[in-house]
Amino acid sequence: MTYLPVLVAFVKALIMISVVMGMAAYAVLAERKIAGWIQGRHGPNRTLLPLLGHIPILGRILTRIGIFQPVADGLKFIFKEDPVPGHVNLLYYFLAPCVAFIPAMTTMVVLPFGEMDGAPLVLANIDIGMLFILAVSSLGVYGIILAGWAANSKYPFLGGIRASAQMISYELAMGLSILPAFLWANAPGTETGLSLFNVVQSQDTVWLVFWQPLSALIFLVALFAETNRLPFDMPEAETELVSGYHTEYGSMKFGLFFVGEYTHIVIGSGVLVILYFGGWNFLPGFASPWPEGWLGGVFSTLWFLGKVLTVVFFFIWIRWTLPRFRYDQVMRLGWTVLLPLALANLILNAILIALFENWIV
Amino acid sequence: MAFKKLERRPLSWAERTYLPQILMGLKITLWNLFKKKVTLEYPDVRPVIPNGYRGIPTLVKDPRGREKCVSCQLCEFVCPPKAIRIQPGEISAEAENAHVEKAPREFDIDMLRCIYCGFCQEVCPEEAIFLQNVFSLNGYSREELVFSKSKLYEMGGTLPDEHYKWEKKRRAAEENEVHG
Ligand code: SF4
Ligand code: SF4
Repeated sequence: MTYLPVLVAFVKALIMISVVMGMAAYAVLAERKIAGWIQGRHGPNRTLLPLLGHIPILGRILTRIGIFQPVADGLKFIFKEDPVPGHVNLLYYFLAPCVAFIPAMTTMVVLPFGEMDGAPLVLANIDIGMLFILAVSSLGVYGIILAGWAANSKYPFLGGIRASAQMISYELAMGLSILPAFLWANAPGTETGLSLFNVVQSQDTVWLVFWQPLSALIFLVALFAETNRLPFDMPEAETELVSGYHTEYGSMKFGLFFVGEYTHIVIGSGVLVILYFGGWNFLPGFASPWPEGWLGGVFSTLWFLGKVLTVVFFFIWIRWTLPRFRYDQVMRLGWTVLLPLALANLILNAILIALFENWIV
Repeated sequence: MAFKKLERRPLSWAERTYLPQILMGLKITLWNLFKKKVTLEYPDVRPVIPNGYRGIPTLVKDPRGREKCVSCQLCEFVCPPKAIRIQPGEISAEAENAHVEKAPREFDIDMLRCIYCGFCQEVCPEEAIFLQNVFSLNGYSREELVFSKSKLYEMGGTLPDEHYKWEKKRRAAEENEVHG
């Protein structure tokens, strides 16, 4: 019976992957729907599954809100013709989508999504969770750079260059903006470390966003840049670069980039919620009313998912509100505003903590 | 002329962070989210076609079901992309409208060439060709979209205009013969 733990872990991982993939697929739908609504359109509302779509009233409602659209999208990606341009570097061309996709799927391993009787619900509860996420998620940019390089044509190339420059510029600010959160979470006598679970547990009374609004803002902006979302979608920039790094990709290879991008958004929203918005803690100032046992696990997970979806909505909402930055503006914002701000914020918090510990306690 | 000089005051500190503006923008888009949608769900709901719309050109008959075109070929000559091809034909001497003398034997309009300019309708002395309000036209081959005479009449129908020019001509001719 030594296989049992492996099997359980395997099943858990499978469930996690399906949930995150499902969320990514429906994030695409949400993107299209919300884009439509904001622009006075309906968004996808015709895709109909036989049987399910023909249930009298419910079927019509489901069809109108586009519930079946991701299925159609997925099928389309799989069955589309998949031409390989003659001028590409074949090895890197095929490698790039995988390199972009795998890190996006890997980070979810350390992402806690709920608690049960004081223990985290997570695939792997490692105490350097935050470091792991930072390290692995920035690997995803290699996929983009490889894609830009392998495609051997100018627009993808420009997209790849922009992606790498942007990644380097915002990774710094992002890392620095996280530090104050961990500094405050690591009060003396606690064993928080860099564990994501403990950061959430430390926020059971006050969410860090009220305590550290500046860090939260910097992290949010950097997160937008890291996930290549508008207003920072330099690597894609449809109006300038056709569609950037994935211009030469079609069918499922493009699909991998696409799903990888939305997975990044879902995971990034999860990290934001964990770090600054209290994770699965109920409301600031209230003790979490989750009951003991597995029911508590379910409730806390649902509450966490609700928060993540809200942040995903915010991502989409921003996209259809703000225009894209110019490339030099992105660089200027990253190096001359966010980085010094994050540094100053870190130093200020360090001084505050020192004062706090030496004078007040 | 009086003009107003706009004062360009420097941006305040809050404005230079752009955050208030972003919040304003978010408010506007959030508001839009709940507004009534303006999309016309096309194949199910059709737009109202205004009068004078220039859709596909067709041939029309008069209220007595007779052919109006006299195959003068003016439309063929005026058509900028040369979409019209006419083969004139004689009207047999026994026919009741023999005095019209000519009618098209074949009348083809290539809908793929037509640019819906309406010149044919404008130039036609017999008011025999009219642009309809049909705007969506498709087919599986090029040949299918070259409309023949019968097809053009089928799509055109009848023009409800009680003005029978050739009746008057015939009467005038008969009176002339009596007097002449
Ligand atoms: S449609 Fe009018 S213009 Fe054209 S040949 Fe007939 S009568 Fe002449
Ligand atoms: S509408 Fe213009 S292009 Fe079309 S058949 Fe008439 S004259 Fe030719």
